[in-house]
Amino acid sequence: MVEHSASGAGSSKKSLNMIAVNHISKTYNGGAVKAVNDVSFTVDRGELFGLIGPDGAGKSSIFRMLTTLLLPDSGTATVNGYNIVTNYQQIRSSVGYMPGRFSLYQDLSIEENLHFFATLFNTTVEENYHLIADIYVQIAPFKKRRAGKLSGGMKQKLALCCALIHKPTVLFLDEPTTGVDPVSRKEFWEMLGRLKRQGITIVVSTPYMDEASLCDRIALIQQGKILSVDTPQQIIAAYPDQLYAVKAADMLRLVQILPTFRPSVNSYLFGEYIHVDALDINGDGLKDDLIRFLDAEGFKGIEVIPISPTIEDCFIKMLTS
Amino acid sequence: MNSGETVIKTANLTKQFGDFVAVNQISFEVYKGEIFGFLGANGAGKTTAMRMLCGLSIPSSGNATVAGFDIYRQPEQIKRQIGYMSQKFSLYEDLTVKENIHFFGGIYGLDNQELKTKSDALIAQLGLQSEAKTLVRELPLGWKQKLAFSVSVLHKPKIVFLDEPTGGVDPVTRRQFWTLIYEAASNGITVFVTTHYMDEAEYCNRVSIMVDGSIEALGTPQELKTQLNETTMDGVFYQLARGAKREA
Repeated sequence: MVEHSASGAGSSKKSLNMIAVNHISKTYNGGAVKAVNDVSFTVDRGELFGLIGPDGAGKSSIFRMLTTLLLPDSGTATVNGYNIVTNYQQIRSSVGYMPGRFSLYQDLSIEENLHFFATLFNTTVEENYHLIADIYVQIAPFKKRRAGKLSGGMKQKLALCCALIHKPTVLFLDEPTTGVDPVSRKEFWEMLGRLKRQGITIVVSTPYMDEASLCDRIALIQQGKILSVDTPQQIIAAYPDQLYAVKAADMLRLVQILPTFRPSVNSYLFGEYIHVDALDINGDGLKDDLIRFLDAEGFKGIEVIPISPTIEDCFIKMLTS
Repeated sequence: MNSGETVIKTANLTKQFGDFVAVNQISFEVYKGEIFGFLGANGAGKTTAMRMLCGLSIPSSGNATVAGFDIYRQPEQIKRQIGYMSQKFSLYEDLTVKENIHFFGGIYGLDNQELKTKSDALIAQLGLQSEAKTLVRELPLGWKQKLAFSVSVLHKPKIVFLDEPTGGVDPVTRRQFWTLIYEAASNGITVFVTTHYMDEAEYCNRVSIMVDGSIEALGTPQELKTQLNETTMDGVFYQLARGAKREA
């Protein structure tokens, strides 16, 4: 696809896409490491878009290119109509970026950090306070405390306030919930939902597959390649096979024995169940066959339930097929 | 799976930093060959408790024995009986695969002959023959974590402590990692593991959940779900931890 890049900054601003990424690639170590490999996707205005993949998938490199901190080896991308290479200044003044590593000033207090970032972007804390109000009230009791002395959860809230204080058009959040417990993760996603309702486009990355369903659309990434871009619902609907959740009294033996059931059947642990992926969806009767098989092997308390896949099942399917 | 032999026993174990009670009178037992999930919200006191059990931090009060040794009087003996791995620090990035195995094996007291045979066996078992001389920094995260775990049990410790071993790992590798954990447990190694993945809580024989320094629940995943009337461990965790007062 040929594109008119830099010149169109103003005119293409009205386009529906807030972000358009066209075949970007990035290598390190003189080409030895392909961190991002021919990646393309778009993000609509007002969308909550997730980059879902494990460590090393290339998520941070994509963030750093879109926030103009890293140049792609090839390919082009625009953010709010601005080219990431030629219009980097416009992008820097209009986006918010929360990197994976805490990067505020450790020896400034909460309120000093916030004031500093507001001033840097030619605005004031008061002007955009409505954007951060419900996050800031949670850390306001400690506003005289230095950032370096805050707990992990408070640091994260302060970083989010600082990334929001200039009312960014796009908010980039690189793994904001990594290493965070399930309760705090849930609260963080509730905050993202409220920001989205205020009209901010959000691009967020995460290694937690269960967070995928909270995004409008997601890109599943592994080893620098996009495996799929769609709504979580569509990705699940596109799952080609029938999936079963299987359980029996002796789970450890069940894990070991299932691979001997049929060569074409993939099985893996999934919480309290083992998921069994029936490749031949038309060859029904799998359920009955499986129950007979497990019965003959002497298993007790056998359960075989047809289920719909989760995003994690879809990811596993893409990685193993 | 578990023989009933107790390998960790704590009684009112407490750690205080000034006015702050990080770990508040926790009492529990862990049995030989068991996979014990040690769950809790960020800031609940898990790491502090683990440091005491590893002989790295002296409790303020209470008692505990690990592998039969007293944590006040015999921390050095404890260190020889355990393995440890965390997501943050496990291997030296600027040593090769083989050098790391030799280094940690040596630290854990294996002699040269054992080191040679065990490192060759381990490299073969993990399929890392062609990477033996590769710097660990250049390995994909999943391989690194599998290697780190294997190194931490190379000396056949009584107990291995795993602190968020699977964070950030892809879902296929995460499951391969748990296969290694099951193998270790079936060889009689007790596994003491923390995780933020609630599906992994289901893979444990028993789990405890810490909230604000105390153990609020302890049992098999099924027992906890029944007790709290939840269908998933996620629900159990949420119900217990959302009331936490402590700022994470």
